[in-house]
Amino acid sequence: MTKRAPDVSASPPRRRSKYTLAPLVLIAANAVLFALFFLWPAVIGLVYSFTNYTGVGAFQFVGLDNYQHLFGDSTFFDALSRTLLYTVLFVPLNFVFSLLVANVLVSKHAKGVSVARVFFFIPWLLSPIVVGVLWRWLFGENFGLVNYLIEKVGGSAVPWQSNADLSLIVVVVAASWAWTGFSMLLFIAAIKNVPTSYYEAAALDGAGPWRQFFSITLPSIAPTSFIVILLNTIHGMKEYPLFASLNNGGPGTSNNLLVQYIYQTGFKAGQIGYASAASFVLMLILMAVAIIQLMVNRRVENR
Amino acid sequence: MTTTDMPRKADADSARAVSRKRPRGAVGGGLRRAVPPTTLLWVLAALYGLPVLWFVLSSFKPAGDLFSLPLTLFPEDPTVSGYKAAWDSANFSQYFINTTIVCVIATILTVGVSCCTGYALAKYDNKWLKVFFVGILATTMLPGEVMLAPQFLVVRDLGLYNSLAGIILPAVLTATGCFMFRQFFLTVPDELIEAARIDGARELSIFLRIMVPISRPIMLTLAILSFQWRWNDYIWPLLMLNDPEKFTVQIGIQSLVGAQNINWSVVLGGSVISMIPLIVVFLVFQRYVMNANINAGLKD
Repeated sequence: MTKRAPDVSASPPRRRSKYTLAPLVLIAANAVLFALFFLWPAVIGLVYSFTNYTGVGAFQFVGLDNYQHLFGDSTFFDALSRTLLYTVLFVPLNFVFSLLVANVLVSKHAKGVSVARVFFFIPWLLSPIVVGVLWRWLFGENFGLVNYLIEKVGGSAVPWQSNADLSLIVVVVAASWAWTGFSMLLFIAAIKNVPTSYYEAAALDGAGPWRQFFSITLPSIAPTSFIVILLNTIHGMKEYPLFASLNNGGPGTSNNLLVQYIYQTGFKAGQIGYASAASFVLMLILMAVAIIQLMVNRRVENR
Repeated sequence: MTTTDMPRKADADSARAVSRKRPRGAVGGGLRRAVPPTTLLWVLAALYGLPVLWFVLSSFKPAGDLFSLPLTLFPEDPTVSGYKAAWDSANFSQYFINTTIVCVIATILTVGVSCCTGYALAKYDNKWLKVFFVGILATTMLPGEVMLAPQFLVVRDLGLYNSLAGIILPAVLTATGCFMFRQFFLTVPDELIEAARIDGARELSIFLRIMVPISRPIMLTLAILSFQWRWNDYIWPLLMLNDPEKFTVQIGIQSLVGAQNINWSVVLGGSVISMIPLIVVFLVFQRYVMNANINAGLKD
């Protein structure tokens, strides 16, 4: 964000508003798409959240009923708290691992970086569905490689699928594994932008690698860290396909997340109005996350 | 190569001990410094690579061997029967064709539309353009998952339900794509446009003849990203498609693992097939993904 500002101010004062037709033609396609697939759904979604619409036929306005029901609905709260728990576990794990990987990848002394990079990147290419299948295969209770290895070293099989908490943890690990490639890219770019003179000066003062990391690297990449946390938080709050293929929200319904809840009430049960209300609660949470992050970010930059 | 191979195989401590015994020469010092980060790098790489390797190797095992103990890393007599079963079963080849159609058309449209929009946002100064920019920004605040139900109704009312167009069209509007092009065109000097104007070029031909060609690297980067997004899409195609003839690969795989008794041989084969296009695209265009201005766009 800070980087963009100079670009804008650097361009000469603009006296180009005499051109109307050309920009209008250029944005026409996108403007139509924006109106059809964003503006219209956003407006009717808000309207429907105050109705008992089922997707067909007539509907009535029911005021805040949907929202009131939502707050009394334990299924909704279970889905919400499970989503929050998932996000709270996934974001730090992904942060630590992608930062570690990024640091190792930019290390001058590590050998084979360009080949190793591919290994971190491939998981990000895989679809959440395939990632889910893959980890389900690894963590099968009776047949999986992980339980096989655990038994091999003398442990007893772990109920990765039938224990709700372990089942959630497998998804957290799978998600962190899959998303490292993305966060790592952002971190690598940020670390490469830290002036080497900082490190040289620190080395002269006798700072070791750990000290250099905590005193130079970490503060220098703070803006990127916030972006990584923000993007991963938003991503975590919306997770669904990974759960769908890894444990189908199971065992039972204990790992049903928010998007799955919206999908089930809206499309399986046909309660579009009610699902729209749940969607707006999700939206408010996402916006709150974004606003908190922006505020923290600004405070860090002004310091 | 020997220096790169050795630390990878050697255990960190023993390798460090070996290098400590050496006379303190330039080579020894370089090696000693290289060992800890290299070991860490490859331990991590193994951690990230092994699950995929195990998965892919398992897919070459005959169905009967999948669960036979003791588990072996390499298939004893490799077979592609799982792949064949996946390809033949449940219209998998049809899913593959459908997904390819969606990816190619959506990617072409996304790149074209984003390029036009990004250029307009970067190089023209109208009040309503600024309003539109804020609108595009808003799409990042309100992700698709939040609007599943109303978006579904709109697309249904437009008559696009159960059609591939219903998957493609809503996907063309991407804030990331517009921002990537906007960022790029901001770095193109205005003098270039002014000079062309003085030479009598018209606005749209400046765009098509000068700006589109120079934005090729961004086009390629966005194309790769867009292809990946559409290939991996799950929830929107799931909502949009009803007819199994029109299913995409991801829905096909999910329906295989959603079954009561999972036929792992088929699931593994199908999953590995579904990975291939993206891995090929990535390996071919690796340097663009790694080095292009991907960050600028993705941050938004």
